[in-house]
Amino acid sequence: MKNDVKVIAKAQPQSRIDSDLIGIATAALLGLFLLFAAGFAQATVLHDTAHDQRHAMAFPCH
Amino acid sequence: MLKHILTSAVFAGVAVGVLAAAVQLWLMTPLLLEGELFETGARVHFAADGSPQSEAGPPSLMDEPVRHLTTAGFGIVTFTAFGFLMAAGFALATRAGHVVTPRAGLIWGLCGFIAVQLAPAVGLSPELPGTVAPEVEMRQAWWLGTVIATTVALALIAFGRGTLSWIIATALILAPHIVGAPHLDTYYGVAPPELSAHFAARSLGTSALSWCLLGLIAATVWSHQEEAS
Repeated sequence: MKNDVKVIAKAQPQSRIDSDLIGIATAALLGLFLLFAAGFAQATVLHDTAHDQRHAMAFPCH
Repeated sequence: MLKHILTSAVFAGVAVGVLAAAVQLWLMTPLLLEGELFETGARVHFAADGSPQSEAGPPSLMDEPVRHLTTAGFGIVTFTAFGFLMAAGFALATRAGHVVTPRAGLIWGLCGFIAVQLAPAVGLSPELPGTVAPEVEMRQAWWLGTVIATTVALALIAFGRGTLSWIIATALILAPHIVGAPHLDTYYGVAPPELSAHFAARSLGTSALSWCLLGLIAATVWSHQEEAS
């Protein structure tokens, strides 16, 4: 019930909601990009320097 | 909103990345370096002379400081990346009317550990260097599918309503393991099984610690910002 009240109280105009969603999507994309570089990219330089970290975190490495 | 996400993600990611790097240097790197001795053949388990044992003990950590520094750097990048994804999740949960407290953050961290480390490890155990395995692209695809399916399942359990959510969540958790991770039909291991087992257990243990701290710190920073705004 308390949460419901908070939701109503926090209701925002449409433009604010859209900018929130853009912010969330930007952060998620940034996270995925960094994760790809650190954990997935097979380019030799990235692979070699990230090698030990990938093994320690159990990312499929090579 | 974006500012809150960035602050939580970067603060928690860097703090946990540094801590995780220290713990990895202490517990993981010695096993990695020891595994490489068997990978390169510098040490041989079940040597040709018929002796069933091989020498145990890691090489010195002091030989390659630059290598260990770059490992620490990538640890920070990795946990900052997880921090961005987790804080984006906090933002979605907050929009839906849930309050992200530090205690809740600890559970978020545990769920991150389950989705990103534990569930994939059931199919693809953490590997010592030198482990012979199927094509990396196949393993990455299975790993990614498992992480996504488990994440969606845990979100359904946490935020879904009704029995159907639980049924779908159970199916999503089980599906990757019913499909099965890619495996070879022969064993090639050159490292002692004790070393591989120790490596796998420590990989899960250290990442469990790092994920819990990531959730706790990111949620603490998040809730401070929410209270202040």
